[in-house]
Amino acid sequence: MITSWPDLAVVGPGIDLQSSFTSTLEGFGLSQGTAYLLWLPLPMLLVLVAAVIGVLVNVWLERKISAAVQQRIGPEYAGALGVLQPMADGLKLLFKEDVIPNRADGLLFTLGPVLVLVPVILSWLVVPFGQNLLISDVGIGVFLWIALSSIQPIGLLMSGYASNNKYSLLGGLRAAAQSISYEIPLALAVLAVVMMSNSLSTVDIVNQQSGAGILSWNIWRQPVGFLIFWICALAECERLPFDLPEAEEELVAGYQTEYAGMKFALFYLGSYINLVLSALLVAVLYLGGWGFPFPVEWLAAALGQSVDAPLVQVITGSLGIVMTVLKAYLLVFIAILLRWTLPRVRIDQLLDLGWKFLLPIALVNLLVTAALKLAFPAFFGG
Amino acid sequence: MTIASVTQLVCFIALSLTLVLGSLGVVLLPNIVYSAFLLAGVFLSVAGLYLLLNASFVAAAQVLVYVGAVNVLILFAIMLVNKKEAMAEIPGLLLRRVLSGAVCLGLFLLILRVDLTTPWAVPGPIPLGDDSTVLIGIHLFSDYLLPFELASVLLLMAMIGAIVLARRDVFSSDVITGEAADQGLIEKERTPLLLESTAGETNLLEKV
Repeated sequence: MITSWPDLAVVGPGIDLQSSFTSTLEGFGLSQGTAYLLWLPLPMLLVLVAAVIGVLVNVWLERKISAAVQQRIGPEYAGALGVLQPMADGLKLLFKEDVIPNRADGLLFTLGPVLVLVPVILSWLVVPFGQNLLISDVGIGVFLWIALSSIQPIGLLMSGYASNNKYSLLGGLRAAAQSISYEIPLALAVLAVVMMSNSLSTVDIVNQQSGAGILSWNIWRQPVGFLIFWICALAECERLPFDLPEAEEELVAGYQTEYAGMKFALFYLGSYINLVLSALLVAVLYLGGWGFPFPVEWLAAALGQSVDAPLVQVITGSLGIVMTVLKAYLLVFIAILLRWTLPRVRIDQLLDLGWKFLLPIALVNLLVTAALKLAFPAFFGG
Repeated sequence: MTIASVTQLVCFIALSLTLVLGSLGVVLLPNIVYSAFLLAGVFLSVAGLYLLLNASFVAAAQVLVYVGAVNVLILFAIMLVNKKEAMAEIPGLLLRRVLSGAVCLGLFLLILRVDLTTPWAVPGPIPLGDDSTVLIGIHLFSDYLLPFELASVLLLMAMIGAIVLARRDVFSSDVITGEAADQGLIEKERTPLLLESTAGETNLLEKV
């Protein structure tokens, strides 16, 4: 099965970082297999580093924006504008004592946070930053993300149960109930997009939106689906107004109550990586992914440049990465603003919203999309 | 031996070991919560084996349905009712265990015999890779349409049943026969759950 690892960092068909890397190493006298083995971990490492840096930026944004919302200054002394504050937070968590409560189940207590974090990081496999700028263009694309995100509640239930604390258990149960409820409208919203682009692959979904710049983005064709997806993504990330599993007035800190040190940091990391991932996927599914508001091909043609020229390819590739990250962080900004603006919903309101409102609307959206696809195949993907 | 085949072999051995040891744990461990978590591991390793067989869509569906829905619901049920109480002594426990073990061993031998005597087509058909998703869809809506529709009707029935069970207002007399309803089926005695049967009876189906 693992015959060839699809290439990361290939800007268009012209520049192939994988083959140039391996051929350079072969030039030093290494065998082809060894060069390939040395290449393999690089894209994964790069994405891991990108995810962690994304979290650091996210934490800093959260602190600064919450301060601005509440008319405070926020972190100020750790680096310029407090940019080093997230590093200080991380280091503090790293050096804290790793406490396992006396009556807790040590094995499950340790395994829980790992099971929460690993699926989230694995999902980065399918996030594209450019035509070939992803770890793996697997055929099942977004479906892989939906499947992987369904593993997370098991980790939450595990840590809730192993903590031997009633608040933790209730938090874990709530997290699982919330996750199951919102997964269904989320999957239905994704299904409508998949139906329009005739493919589950994230690259194909972006390419289908790249015809006429900003006008061809899916948000205009799927406005209801976009809202459903965004609400469900916030609920899946347990962000306010849906952070019931850790509602501090009711449950102390939910399933995180007994956790300290690095194990708590894993939860923290997991939730922020998940937020960035969700924002990236909203950008991919509805906001044209790496696409520029007007097609770069037009710009290149206006400047009299060929799109296949190496320099133009490097520029469009970098532009793609910048656009993806920009769109994602715009959505992260909205999520943070929502967190510091809206009050928390009650658990019965949360479940009512999921089952009685979002699920029927998502089904109707799917039906309407199918009808429009049959009626206007030119606009809704033939 | 290429890198691909070595990776494949290592993955196969690791997944099979997790699968076998995990399933043994599911059956043999006394703690039911451990069994449920191990079941998730077993489902995941089955998904991994599907992945090794180039069936990525089936693997993802396996994770989504079995790990994400079935296993989470099992855990949910266990954690909502998990009371730590000492089990009553079961008479003849050892004999029961030996007997059930013998039955399982017999079944295992039967499967082993089938496995060894069947002329397997080696190597199997050429894997389709990513096209398999499209092909599964085409098959489901052409030659497998009847089983597909039957399964959906079955699920619809289960859903309606769940809604009927979850509804709180219960009629005090049976709608069809007119006899008094069994009070033992109603959980809370103090809350007025029973509705007096007036004109509401005819509306039951509409309400459902």
